[in-house]
Amino acid sequence: MEQQIVKVKNKKGVRVIPGFGLSMGVTLAMLSCIVLIPLASIFISVSKISLQEFVEIVTSRQVMSGYMVSFTCAFFAAIINGAFGLVLAWVLVRYDFPGKRIMDGMIELPFALPTAVAGISLTFLYSDQGWIGQLFDKAGVRIAYTRIGITIAMVFVGIPFVVRSVQPVLAKLDRQYEEAAMMLGAGRWRTFFRVVLPELFPALLAGFGLAFARGIGEYGSVVFIAGNIPYETQIAPLLIMSKLEQFKYSDATAIALVLLLVSFLLMFLINSLQIYMQRFVKN
Amino acid sequence: MSKKKQRTYQQDIVGDSINSLRKVVEPPKENGSHLMKYLLIGISAAFLFLMLALPLAVVVMNACKEGWDAYREAVMDEYTMKALQLTLLATVITVAVNTIFGLFASFLLSKFYFRGRQVLAALIDIPFSISPVIAGLVFILTFGNMGWMGDVLDKYNIKIVFAVPGVVLVTVFVTFPFVFRELFPVLNAQGKDEEEAAALMGAGGFTIFRRITLPHIKWALLYGIILCSARAMGEFGAVSVISGHLRGKTNTLPLHVEILYNEFNTTAAFAVSSILVLLAVLILVVKSLVEWKKE
Repeated sequence: MEQQIVKVKNKKGVRVIPGFGLSMGVTLAMLSCIVLIPLASIFISVSKISLQEFVEIVTSRQVMSGYMVSFTCAFFAAIINGAFGLVLAWVLVRYDFPGKRIMDGMIELPFALPTAVAGISLTFLYSDQGWIGQLFDKAGVRIAYTRIGITIAMVFVGIPFVVRSVQPVLAKLDRQYEEAAMMLGAGRWRTFFRVVLPELFPALLAGFGLAFARGIGEYGSVVFIAGNIPYETQIAPLLIMSKLEQFKYSDATAIALVLLLVSFLLMFLINSLQIYMQRFVKN
Repeated sequence: MSKKKQRTYQQDIVGDSINSLRKVVEPPKENGSHLMKYLLIGISAAFLFLMLALPLAVVVMNACKEGWDAYREAVMDEYTMKALQLTLLATVITVAVNTIFGLFASFLLSKFYFRGRQVLAALIDIPFSISPVIAGLVFILTFGNMGWMGDVLDKYNIKIVFAVPGVVLVTVFVTFPFVFRELFPVLNAQGKDEEEAAALMGAGGFTIFRRITLPHIKWALLYGIILCSARAMGEFGAVSVISGHLRGKTNTLPLHVEILYNEFNTTAAFAVSSILVLLAVLILVVKSLVEWKKE
Protein backbone atom coordinates (compact mmCIF):
# COMPACT_ATOMS: atom_id res chain seq x y z
CA MET A 1 0.00 0.00 0.00
CA GLU A 2 2.70 2.36 1.05
CA GLN A 3 4.78 1.49 -1.94
CA GLN A 4 1.91 2.26 -4.22
CA ILE A 5 1.53 5.71 -2.81
CA VAL A 6 5.20 6.39 -3.32
CA LYS A 7 4.95 5.16 -6.86
CA VAL A 8 2.03 7.39 -7.67
CA LYS A 9 3.92 10.32 -6.24
CA ASN A 10 6.92 9.53 -8.34
CA LYS A 11 4.98 9.03 -11.53
CA LYS A 12 2.47 11.79 -11.48
CA GLY A 13 4.46 14.10 -9.29
CA VAL A 14 2.16 15.62 -6.70
CA ARG A 15 3.93 18.94 -6.92
CA VAL A 16 1.93 21.71 -5.37
CA ILE A 17 4.54 24.41 -5.66
CA PRO A 18 4.61 25.94 -9.11
CA GLY A 19 7.79 26.69 -11.01
CA PHE A 20 9.31 23.23 -11.29
CA GLY A 21 9.62 23.33 -15.05
CA LEU A 22 11.03 26.83 -15.11
CA SER A 23 13.65 26.31 -12.42
CA MET A 24 14.61 22.91 -13.84
CA GLY A 25 14.99 24.45 -17.29
CA VAL A 26 17.05 27.41 -16.15
CA THR A 27 19.26 25.28 -13.91
CA LEU A 28 19.98 22.66 -16.54
CA ALA A 29 20.50 25.19 -19.31
CA MET A 30 22.96 27.28 -17.33
CA LEU A 31 24.76 24.27 -15.91
CA SER A 32 25.18 22.75 -19.37
CA CYS A 33 26.30 25.94 -21.07
CA ILE A 34 28.78 27.02 -18.44
CA VAL A 35 30.06 23.81 -16.88
CA LEU A 36 29.12 20.60 -18.65
CA ILE A 37 29.63 21.43 -22.33
CA PRO A 38 33.02 23.12 -21.84
CA LEU A 39 34.07 20.28 -19.56
CA ALA A 40 33.08 17.75 -22.19
CA SER A 41 35.56 19.25 -24.62
CA ILE A 42 38.44 18.01 -22.52
CA PHE A 43 37.20 14.48 -23.11
CA ILE A 44 36.63 15.19 -26.79
CA SER A 45 40.18 16.47 -27.11
CA VAL A 46 41.64 13.53 -25.25
CA SER A 47 39.84 11.09 -27.54
CA LYS A 48 41.87 12.53 -30.43
CA ILE A 49 45.12 11.43 -28.77
CA SER A 50 46.09 7.78 -29.13
CA LEU A 51 46.52 5.80 -25.94
CA GLN A 52 50.22 5.33 -26.55
CA GLU A 53 50.76 9.05 -26.96
CA PHE A 54 48.71 9.73 -23.86
CA VAL A 55 50.77 7.35 -21.75
CA GLU A 56 53.96 8.78 -23.18
CA ILE A 57 53.02 12.34 -22.28
CA VAL A 58 51.77 11.53 -18.82
CA THR A 59 54.70 9.33 -17.83
CA SER A 60 57.43 11.62 -19.11
CA ARG A 61 59.93 12.57 -16.45
CA GLN A 62 58.92 16.22 -16.29
CA VAL A 63 55.21 15.47 -15.93
CA MET A 64 55.74 12.75 -13.34
CA SER A 65 57.89 15.05 -11.23
CA GLY A 66 55.21 17.74 -11.61
CA TYR A 67 52.57 15.39 -10.23
CA MET A 68 54.87 14.33 -7.43
CA VAL A 69 55.56 17.91 -6.36
CA SER A 70 51.89 18.85 -6.51
CA PHE A 71 50.63 15.82 -4.64
CA THR A 72 53.26 15.66 -1.89
CA CYS A 73 53.21 19.40 -1.17
CA ALA A 74 49.41 19.50 -1.18
CA PHE A 75 49.30 16.48 1.11
CA PHE A 76 51.65 17.96 3.69
CA ALA A 77 49.92 21.32 3.46
CA ALA A 78 46.57 19.63 4.08
CA ILE A 79 47.99 17.81 7.13
CA ILE A 80 49.37 21.05 8.57
CA ASN A 81 46.02 22.69 7.89
CA GLY A 82 44.22 19.79 9.54
CA ALA A 83 46.20 20.26 12.74
CA PHE A 84 46.09 24.04 12.91
CA GLY A 85 42.55 24.18 11.55
CA LEU A 86 41.39 21.95 14.40
CA VAL A 87 43.12 24.17 16.97
CA LEU A 88 41.68 27.31 15.37
CA ALA A 89 38.17 25.90 15.24
CA TRP A 90 38.48 24.81 18.88
CA VAL A 91 39.70 28.21 20.01
CA LEU A 92 37.00 30.05 18.04
CA VAL A 93 34.17 27.87 19.34
CA ARG A 94 35.14 27.11 22.92
CA TYR A 95 36.96 30.18 24.20
CA ASP A 96 36.06 33.81 24.67
CA PHE A 97 38.80 36.36 24.39
CA PRO A 98 39.27 39.88 23.07
CA GLY A 99 39.85 39.98 19.33
CA LYS A 100 37.94 36.78 18.70
CA ARG A 101 35.68 38.41 16.15
CA ILE A 102 38.65 39.74 14.19
CA MET A 103 40.28 36.34 14.31
CA ASP A 104 37.11 34.75 13.04
CA GLY A 105 36.82 37.26 10.22
CA MET A 106 40.43 36.77 9.22
CA ILE A 107 39.96 33.06 8.51
CA GLU A 108 38.29 33.88 5.21
CA LEU A 109 41.12 36.12 4.06
CA PRO A 110 42.62 33.49 1.73
CA PHE A 111 39.22 33.28 0.03
CA ALA A 112 38.94 37.00 -0.43
CA LEU A 113 42.54 37.87 -1.20
CA PRO A 114 43.42 37.32 -4.86
CA THR A 115 45.80 34.41 -5.17
CA ALA A 116 48.31 36.40 -7.19
CA VAL A 117 48.60 39.00 -4.44
CA ALA A 118 49.05 36.26 -1.85
CA GLY A 119 51.67 34.71 -4.10
CA ILE A 120 53.87 37.76 -4.50
CA SER A 121 53.65 38.78 -0.87
CA LEU A 122 54.46 35.27 0.39
CA THR A 123 57.39 35.13 -1.99
CA PHE A 124 58.63 38.47 -0.69
CA LEU A 125 58.20 37.33 2.90
CA TYR A 126 59.99 34.00 2.53
CA SER A 127 62.71 34.88 0.02
CA ASP A 128 66.25 34.99 1.46
CA GLN A 129 65.96 38.76 1.89
CA GLY A 130 62.41 38.71 3.24
CA TRP A 131 61.38 39.20 6.85
CA ILE A 132 61.00 35.52 7.62
CA GLY A 133 63.18 34.04 4.91
CA GLN A 134 66.14 35.97 6.31
CA LEU A 135 65.89 34.19 9.65
CA PHE A 136 65.70 30.78 8.04
CA ASP A 137 68.44 31.63 5.59
CA LYS A 138 70.83 32.13 8.49
CA ALA A 139 69.97 28.65 9.69
CA GLY A 140 70.74 27.38 6.20
CA VAL A 141 67.13 26.67 5.24
CA ARG A 142 65.82 28.12 2.02
CA ILE A 143 62.07 28.46 1.78
CA ALA A 144 61.21 30.42 -1.34
CA TYR A 145 61.84 28.56 -4.60
CA THR A 146 61.83 25.19 -2.81
CA ARG A 147 59.11 22.69 -2.00
CA ILE A 148 58.84 24.14 1.50
CA GLY A 149 57.72 27.41 -0.08
CA ILE A 150 55.15 25.63 -2.22
CA THR A 151 53.80 23.89 0.88
CA ILE A 152 53.53 27.19 2.73
CA ALA A 153 51.58 28.76 -0.12
CA MET A 154 49.24 25.76 -0.15
CA VAL A 155 48.79 26.04 3.62
CA PHE A 156 47.77 29.67 3.07
CA VAL A 157 45.03 28.84 0.57
CA GLY A 158 43.78 25.84 2.55
CA ILE A 159 43.24 27.35 6.00
CA PRO A 160 39.56 28.29 5.64
CA PHE A 161 38.49 24.87 4.40
CA VAL A 162 39.39 22.96 7.56
CA VAL A 163 38.30 25.66 10.01
CA ARG A 164 34.95 26.23 8.31
CA SER A 165 34.27 22.49 8.08
CA VAL A 166 35.01 21.75 11.73
CA GLN A 167 33.62 24.92 13.32
CA PRO A 168 29.86 24.32 12.87
CA VAL A 169 30.11 20.67 13.96
CA LEU A 170 32.07 21.58 17.06
CA ALA A 171 29.59 24.34 17.90
CA LYS A 172 26.69 21.91 17.67
CA LEU A 173 28.44 19.21 19.69
CA ASP A 174 26.62 18.55 22.94
CA ARG A 175 28.98 19.18 25.84
CA GLN A 176 27.12 16.68 28.00
CA TYR A 177 29.15 13.84 26.54
CA GLU A 178 32.38 15.50 27.51
CA GLU A 179 31.08 16.19 30.99
CA ALA A 180 29.97 12.60 31.28
CA ALA A 181 33.38 11.37 30.19
CA MET A 182 35.08 13.66 32.68
CA MET A 183 32.80 12.49 35.46
CA LEU A 184 33.51 8.90 34.63
CA GLY A 185 37.11 9.72 35.27
CA ALA A 186 38.61 10.32 31.85
CA GLY A 187 41.29 12.95 31.73
CA ARG A 188 41.08 15.95 29.48
CA TRP A 189 43.25 14.40 26.76
CA ARG A 190 41.40 11.15 26.86
CA THR A 191 38.07 12.94 26.69
CA PHE A 192 39.26 14.86 23.68
CA PHE A 193 40.67 11.91 21.78
CA ARG A 194 37.99 9.38 22.65
CA VAL A 195 34.86 11.54 22.80
CA VAL A 196 35.30 14.80 20.90
CA LEU A 197 37.61 13.82 18.08
CA PRO A 198 35.52 10.91 16.76
CA GLU A 199 32.56 13.27 16.46
CA LEU A 200 34.64 15.85 14.63
CA PHE A 201 36.48 13.41 12.43
CA PRO A 202 34.11 13.35 9.42
CA ALA A 203 34.14 17.15 9.28
CA LEU A 204 37.89 17.23 9.74
CA LEU A 205 38.28 14.73 6.95
CA ALA A 206 36.07 16.77 4.66
CA GLY A 207 38.12 19.87 5.39
CA PHE A 208 41.32 17.94 4.82
CA GLY A 209 40.03 16.68 1.48
CA LEU A 210 38.95 20.12 0.32
CA ALA A 211 42.27 21.64 1.34
CA PHE A 212 44.12 18.82 -0.38
CA ALA A 213 42.13 19.20 -3.60
CA ARG A 214 42.57 22.95 -3.53
CA GLY A 215 46.31 22.54 -3.01
CA ILE A 216 46.66 20.21 -5.98
CA GLY A 217 44.88 22.64 -8.27
CA GLU A 218 46.25 25.86 -6.84
CA TYR A 219 48.13 28.03 -9.29
CA GLY A 220 48.20 31.74 -8.49
CA SER A 221 49.66 31.75 -5.02
CA VAL A 222 52.08 28.89 -5.67
CA VAL A 223 53.56 29.91 -9.00
CA PHE A 224 55.52 32.87 -7.66
CA ILE A 225 57.03 31.14 -4.64
CA ALA A 226 57.75 27.95 -6.60
CA GLY A 227 60.28 29.57 -8.89
CA ASN A 228 59.56 27.09 -11.66
CA ILE A 229 62.76 25.02 -11.46
CA PRO A 230 62.36 21.93 -13.73
CA TYR A 231 62.11 18.61 -11.87
CA GLU A 232 62.36 20.48 -8.57
CA THR A 233 59.51 22.91 -8.02
CA GLN A 234 57.39 22.64 -11.13
CA ILE A 235 53.82 21.95 -10.10
CA ALA A 236 51.38 20.17 -12.40
CA PRO A 237 49.11 23.18 -13.10
CA LEU A 238 52.20 25.13 -14.10
CA LEU A 239 53.14 22.40 -16.57
CA ILE A 240 49.69 22.69 -18.16
CA MET A 241 50.22 26.42 -18.41
CA SER A 242 53.65 26.14 -20.05
CA LYS A 243 52.43 23.51 -22.51
CA LEU A 244 49.63 25.88 -23.47
CA GLU A 245 52.09 28.68 -24.01
CA GLN A 246 53.98 26.41 -26.41
CA PHE A 247 50.63 25.62 -28.11
CA LYS A 248 51.03 21.92 -27.24
CA TYR A 249 47.32 21.50 -26.64
CA SER A 250 47.28 17.70 -26.58
CA ASP A 251 50.04 17.60 -23.95
CA ALA A 252 48.20 20.11 -21.81
CA THR A 253 44.95 18.19 -22.16
CA ALA A 254 46.54 14.87 -21.20
CA ILE A 255 48.18 16.35 -18.10
CA ALA A 256 44.93 18.07 -17.17
CA LEU A 257 42.86 14.91 -17.56
CA VAL A 258 44.97 12.97 -15.08
CA LEU A 259 44.80 15.85 -12.62
CA LEU A 260 41.05 16.07 -13.10
CA LEU A 261 40.54 12.36 -12.55
CA VAL A 262 42.69 12.42 -9.42
CA SER A 263 40.73 15.27 -7.89
CA PHE A 264 37.41 13.63 -8.75
CA LEU A 265 38.61 10.37 -7.24
CA LEU A 266 39.76 12.22 -4.14
CA MET A 267 36.42 13.96 -3.68
CA PHE A 268 34.59 10.68 -4.24
CA LEU A 269 36.75 8.80 -1.72
CA ILE A 270 36.35 11.46 0.92
CA ASN A 271 32.61 11.72 0.35
CA SER A 272 32.09 7.98 0.68
CA LEU A 273 34.38 7.76 3.68
CA GLN A 274 32.45 10.59 5.29
CA ILE A 275 29.10 8.90 4.67
CA TYR A 276 30.49 5.64 6.04
CA MET A 277 31.84 7.32 9.14
CA GLN A 278 28.65 9.21 9.80
CA ARG A 279 26.76 5.95 9.70
CA PHE A 280 29.32 4.44 12.01
CA VAL A 281 29.07 7.28 14.50
CA LYS A 282 25.28 7.18 14.46
CA ASN A 283 25.20 3.46 15.12
CA MET B 1 46.25 -10.22 58.79
CA SER B 2 43.38 -10.65 56.43
CA LYS B 3 41.38 -8.09 58.37
CA LYS B 4 44.15 -5.56 57.89
CA LYS B 5 44.26 -6.23 54.22
CA GLN B 6 40.54 -5.77 53.98
CA ARG B 7 40.75 -2.52 55.78
CA THR B 8 43.31 -1.11 53.42
CA TYR B 9 41.19 -2.31 50.57
CA GLN B 10 38.20 -0.53 52.03
CA GLN B 11 40.28 2.54 52.62
CA ASP B 12 41.35 2.40 49.05
CA ILE B 13 37.80 2.23 47.86
CA VAL B 14 36.74 5.05 50.09
CA GLY B 15 39.74 7.07 49.10
CA ASP B 16 39.05 6.48 45.45
CA SER B 17 35.43 7.40 45.65
CA ILE B 18 36.30 10.52 47.54
CA ASN B 19 38.71 11.40 44.84
CA SER B 20 36.20 10.79 42.11
CA LEU B 21 33.58 12.67 44.11
CA ARG B 22 35.97 15.55 44.34
CA LYS B 23 36.40 15.38 40.59
CA VAL B 24 32.66 15.63 40.14
CA VAL B 25 31.96 18.27 42.72
CA GLU B 26 34.90 20.50 42.10
CA PRO B 27 35.38 21.95 38.67
CA PRO B 28 38.52 20.74 36.92
CA LYS B 29 41.67 22.47 38.10
CA GLU B 30 41.29 25.93 36.71
CA ASN B 31 45.00 26.46 36.55
CA GLY B 32 45.69 23.74 34.04
CA SER B 33 42.78 24.52 31.77
CA HIS B 34 43.66 28.20 31.78
CA LEU B 35 47.17 27.38 30.71
CA MET B 36 45.78 25.21 27.94
CA LYS B 37 43.40 27.92 26.87
CA TYR B 38 46.07 30.56 26.56
CA LEU B 39 48.45 28.13 24.89
CA LEU B 40 45.87 27.27 22.22
CA ILE B 41 44.86 30.88 21.71
CA GLY B 42 48.54 31.74 21.45
CA ILE B 43 49.16 29.06 18.84
CA SER B 44 46.16 30.21 16.83
CA ALA B 45 47.13 33.85 17.01
CA ALA B 46 50.73 33.10 16.04
CA PHE B 47 49.63 30.94 13.11
CA LEU B 48 47.19 33.54 11.83
CA PHE B 49 49.71 36.31 12.29
CA LEU B 50 52.40 34.43 10.42
CA MET B 51 50.23 33.09 7.64
CA LEU B 52 47.66 35.83 7.13
CA ALA B 53 48.55 39.12 8.76
CA LEU B 54 52.20 39.29 7.70
CA PRO B 55 51.49 38.85 3.98
CA LEU B 56 49.01 41.72 4.21
CA ALA B 57 51.55 43.84 6.02
CA VAL B 58 54.12 43.07 3.32
CA VAL B 59 51.78 44.37 0.64
CA VAL B 60 51.06 47.58 2.48
CA MET B 61 54.71 48.19 3.42
CA ASN B 62 55.99 47.63 -0.09
CA ALA B 63 53.25 49.65 -1.68
CA CYS B 64 54.17 52.66 0.43
CA LYS B 65 57.93 52.14 0.26
CA GLU B 66 58.64 54.72 -2.41
CA GLY B 67 56.24 57.29 -1.13
CA TRP B 68 52.86 58.61 -2.08
CA ASP B 69 53.81 59.85 -5.54
CA ALA B 70 55.11 56.50 -6.72
CA TYR B 71 52.02 54.86 -5.30
CA ARG B 72 49.69 57.24 -7.05
CA GLU B 73 51.57 56.87 -10.29
CA ALA B 74 51.29 53.08 -10.18
CA VAL B 75 47.63 53.12 -9.23
CA MET B 76 46.54 55.90 -11.58
CA ASP B 77 48.42 54.32 -14.48
CA GLU B 78 46.32 53.98 -17.63
CA TYR B 79 46.72 50.19 -17.78
CA THR B 80 45.92 49.78 -14.10
CA MET B 81 42.71 51.74 -14.58
CA LYS B 82 41.76 49.65 -17.61
CA ALA B 83 42.50 46.48 -15.64
CA LEU B 84 40.38 47.71 -12.74
CA GLN B 85 37.51 48.42 -15.11
CA LEU B 86 37.70 44.95 -16.61
CA THR B 87 37.90 43.32 -13.18
CA LEU B 88 34.84 45.20 -12.00
CA LEU B 89 32.94 44.41 -15.20
CA ALA B 90 33.75 40.70 -14.94
CA THR B 91 32.82 40.68 -11.25
CA VAL B 92 29.45 42.35 -11.80
CA ILE B 93 28.47 40.04 -14.66
CA THR B 94 29.69 36.98 -12.76
CA VAL B 95 27.79 37.85 -9.63
CA ALA B 96 24.62 38.53 -11.61
CA VAL B 97 24.80 35.26 -13.55
CA ASN B 98 25.70 33.15 -10.53
CA THR B 99 23.03 34.74 -8.37
CA ILE B 100 20.34 33.92 -10.93
CA PHE B 101 21.66 30.40 -11.19
CA GLY B 102 22.00 29.99 -7.43
CA LEU B 103 18.41 31.11 -6.83
CA PHE B 104 16.90 28.80 -9.43
CA ALA B 105 19.09 25.82 -8.63
CA SER B 106 18.66 25.99 -4.85
CA PHE B 107 14.89 26.47 -5.24
CA LEU B 108 14.77 23.47 -7.55
CA LEU B 109 16.86 21.18 -5.39
CA SER B 110 15.27 22.06 -2.07
CA LYS B 111 11.57 22.36 -2.97
CA PHE B 112 11.15 19.53 -5.45
CA TYR B 113 12.07 15.89 -5.24
CA PHE B 114 13.00 14.19 -8.46
CA ARG B 115 15.28 11.45 -9.67
CA GLY B 116 18.88 12.47 -10.10
CA ARG B 117 18.68 15.23 -7.53
CA GLN B 118 21.92 14.13 -5.86
CA VAL B 119 23.68 13.84 -9.20
CA LEU B 120 22.63 17.34 -10.14
CA ALA B 121 23.96 18.70 -6.84
CA ALA B 122 27.26 16.92 -7.42
CA LEU B 123 27.50 18.30 -10.97
CA ILE B 124 26.98 21.84 -9.73
CA ASP B 125 29.88 21.40 -7.33
CA ILE B 126 32.32 20.39 -10.07
CA PRO B 127 33.97 23.81 -10.50
CA PHE B 128 34.95 23.68 -6.81
CA SER B 129 37.24 20.72 -7.29
CA ILE B 130 38.77 21.75 -10.60
CA SER B 131 42.08 23.52 -10.85
CA PRO B 132 41.61 27.05 -12.20
CA VAL B 133 44.20 26.32 -14.87
CA ILE B 134 42.10 23.41 -16.09
CA ALA B 135 39.03 25.66 -16.08
CA GLY B 136 40.84 28.01 -18.45
CA LEU B 137 42.09 25.12 -20.57
CA VAL B 138 38.58 23.75 -20.95
CA PHE B 139 37.38 27.01 -22.47
CA ILE B 140 40.35 27.17 -24.83
CA LEU B 141 39.58 23.65 -25.96
CA THR B 142 35.97 24.64 -26.56
CA PHE B 143 36.18 28.09 -28.09
CA GLY B 144 39.80 28.38 -29.23
CA ASN B 145 41.11 27.95 -32.77
CA MET B 146 41.56 24.24 -32.23
CA GLY B 147 38.27 23.84 -30.37
CA TRP B 148 35.17 22.31 -31.84
CA MET B 149 33.26 25.60 -31.54
CA GLY B 150 36.17 27.52 -33.06
CA ASP B 151 35.00 27.30 -36.66
CA VAL B 152 31.48 28.44 -35.90
CA LEU B 153 32.73 31.38 -33.89
CA ASP B 154 35.19 32.28 -36.64
CA LYS B 155 32.40 32.34 -39.19
CA TYR B 156 30.42 34.90 -37.22
CA ASN B 157 33.59 36.70 -36.19
CA ILE B 158 33.00 36.24 -32.48
CA LYS B 159 36.11 36.20 -30.34
CA ILE B 160 35.92 34.53 -26.96
CA VAL B 161 39.41 33.22 -26.25
CA PHE B 162 41.96 35.98 -25.68
CA ALA B 163 39.09 38.47 -25.42
CA VAL B 164 36.81 39.94 -22.79
CA PRO B 165 33.98 37.36 -23.16
CA GLY B 166 36.43 34.59 -22.36
CA VAL B 167 37.63 36.37 -19.24
CA VAL B 168 34.05 36.79 -18.07
CA LEU B 169 33.14 33.19 -18.94
CA VAL B 170 35.96 31.57 -16.97
CA THR B 171 35.25 33.82 -14.01
CA VAL B 172 31.62 32.68 -14.07
CA PHE B 173 32.78 29.07 -14.33
CA VAL B 174 35.19 29.23 -11.40
CA THR B 175 32.68 30.83 -9.04
CA PHE B 176 29.65 28.99 -10.40
CA PRO B 177 28.56 27.08 -7.25
CA PHE B 178 29.23 29.88 -4.74
CA VAL B 179 25.77 31.42 -4.36
CA PHE B 180 24.07 28.04 -4.70
CA ARG B 181 26.25 26.56 -1.93
CA GLU B 182 25.21 29.33 0.47
CA LEU B 183 21.50 29.18 -0.37
CA PHE B 184 20.95 25.45 -0.59
CA PRO B 185 21.49 24.44 3.07
CA VAL B 186 19.25 27.26 4.30
CA LEU B 187 16.41 26.42 1.92
CA ASN B 188 16.81 22.72 2.58
CA ALA B 189 16.55 23.21 6.33
CA GLN B 190 13.49 25.40 5.93
CA GLY B 191 11.57 22.63 4.16
CA LYS B 192 8.72 23.19 1.75
CA ASP B 193 5.64 23.32 3.95
CA GLU B 194 5.23 27.07 3.79
CA GLU B 195 5.54 27.15 0.02
CA GLU B 196 3.05 24.33 -0.32
CA ALA B 197 0.57 26.07 1.93
CA ALA B 198 0.92 29.25 -0.07
CA ALA B 199 0.50 27.38 -3.33
CA LEU B 200 -2.62 25.63 -2.06
CA MET B 201 -4.05 28.98 -1.07
CA GLY B 202 -3.57 30.09 -4.62
CA ALA B 203 -0.39 32.11 -4.70
CA GLY B 204 1.52 32.21 -7.97
CA GLY B 205 5.09 31.08 -8.37
CA PHE B 206 6.67 34.50 -8.27
CA THR B 207 4.58 35.61 -5.29
CA ILE B 208 5.59 32.51 -3.35
CA PHE B 209 9.21 33.14 -4.12
CA ARG B 210 9.08 36.83 -3.23
CA ARG B 211 6.93 36.60 -0.13
CA ILE B 212 8.01 33.29 1.39
CA THR B 213 11.28 31.97 0.03
CA LEU B 214 13.21 35.20 -0.30
CA PRO B 215 12.79 36.43 3.30
CA HIS B 216 14.28 33.14 4.51
CA ILE B 217 17.37 33.36 2.38
CA LYS B 218 17.97 37.10 2.53
CA TRP B 219 21.18 36.88 4.55
CA ALA B 220 22.47 33.74 2.93
CA LEU B 221 21.97 35.37 -0.45
CA LEU B 222 23.90 38.45 0.58
CA TYR B 223 26.62 36.25 2.02
CA GLY B 224 26.84 34.21 -1.17
CA ILE B 225 27.04 37.35 -3.30
CA ILE B 226 29.86 38.68 -1.13
CA LEU B 227 31.87 35.47 -1.35
CA CYS B 228 31.23 35.18 -5.05
CA SER B 229 32.37 38.70 -5.78
CA ALA B 230 35.51 38.18 -3.69
CA ARG B 231 36.50 35.13 -5.66
CA ALA B 232 35.48 36.63 -9.00
CA MET B 233 37.57 39.72 -8.37
CA GLY B 234 40.69 37.78 -7.50
CA GLU B 235 40.56 34.91 -9.97
CA PHE B 236 44.01 34.45 -11.46
CA GLY B 237 44.80 30.99 -12.82
CA ALA B 238 41.81 30.54 -15.09
CA VAL B 239 41.85 34.11 -16.37
CA SER B 240 45.58 33.88 -16.92
CA VAL B 241 45.11 30.94 -19.28
CA ILE B 242 42.39 32.49 -21.39
CA SER B 243 43.17 36.19 -21.42
CA GLY B 244 46.32 36.15 -23.54
CA HIS B 245 47.67 38.99 -21.39
CA LEU B 246 46.78 41.80 -23.77
CA ARG B 247 47.59 44.95 -21.87
CA GLY B 248 44.73 47.37 -21.61
CA LYS B 249 42.38 44.89 -23.27
CA THR B 250 42.09 41.58 -21.48
CA ASN B 251 44.23 42.25 -18.44
CA THR B 252 42.46 42.01 -15.12
CA LEU B 253 43.95 43.48 -11.96
CA PRO B 254 45.52 40.21 -10.71
CA LEU B 255 47.11 39.67 -14.13
CA HIS B 256 48.38 43.22 -14.13
CA VAL B 257 50.02 42.54 -10.76
CA GLU B 258 51.77 39.52 -12.24
CA ILE B 259 53.07 41.48 -15.23
CA LEU B 260 54.42 44.27 -13.04
CA TYR B 261 56.03 41.75 -10.70
CA ASN B 262 57.70 39.88 -13.55
CA GLU B 263 59.03 43.19 -14.86
CA PHE B 264 60.73 43.61 -11.47
CA ASN B 265 58.55 46.65 -10.90
CA THR B 266 57.94 45.47 -7.34
CA THR B 267 56.65 48.71 -5.88
CA ALA B 268 54.07 49.14 -8.60
CA ALA B 269 53.05 45.49 -8.30
CA PHE B 270 52.45 45.88 -4.58
CA ALA B 271 50.72 49.22 -5.09
CA VAL B 272 48.23 47.62 -7.48
CA SER B 273 47.95 44.70 -5.07
CA SER B 274 47.01 47.11 -2.32
CA ILE B 275 43.83 48.01 -4.24
CA LEU B 276 42.92 44.34 -4.25
CA VAL B 277 43.83 43.99 -0.58
CA LEU B 278 41.61 46.96 0.20
CA LEU B 279 38.72 45.37 -1.69
CA ALA B 280 39.35 42.04 0.04
CA VAL B 281 39.38 43.59 3.52
CA LEU B 282 36.26 45.57 2.65
CA ILE B 283 34.52 42.38 1.61
CA LEU B 284 35.54 40.66 4.84
CA VAL B 285 34.25 43.56 6.92
CA VAL B 286 30.92 43.55 5.09
CA LYS B 287 30.78 39.78 5.52
CA SER B 288 31.38 40.05 9.27
CA LEU B 289 28.73 42.76 9.51
CA VAL B 290 26.25 40.54 7.69
CA GLU B 291 27.00 37.66 10.07
CA TRP B 292 26.67 39.92 13.05
CA LYS B 293 23.34 41.28 11.78
CA LYS B 294 22.10 37.76 11.17
CA GLU B 295 22.81 36.78 14.75
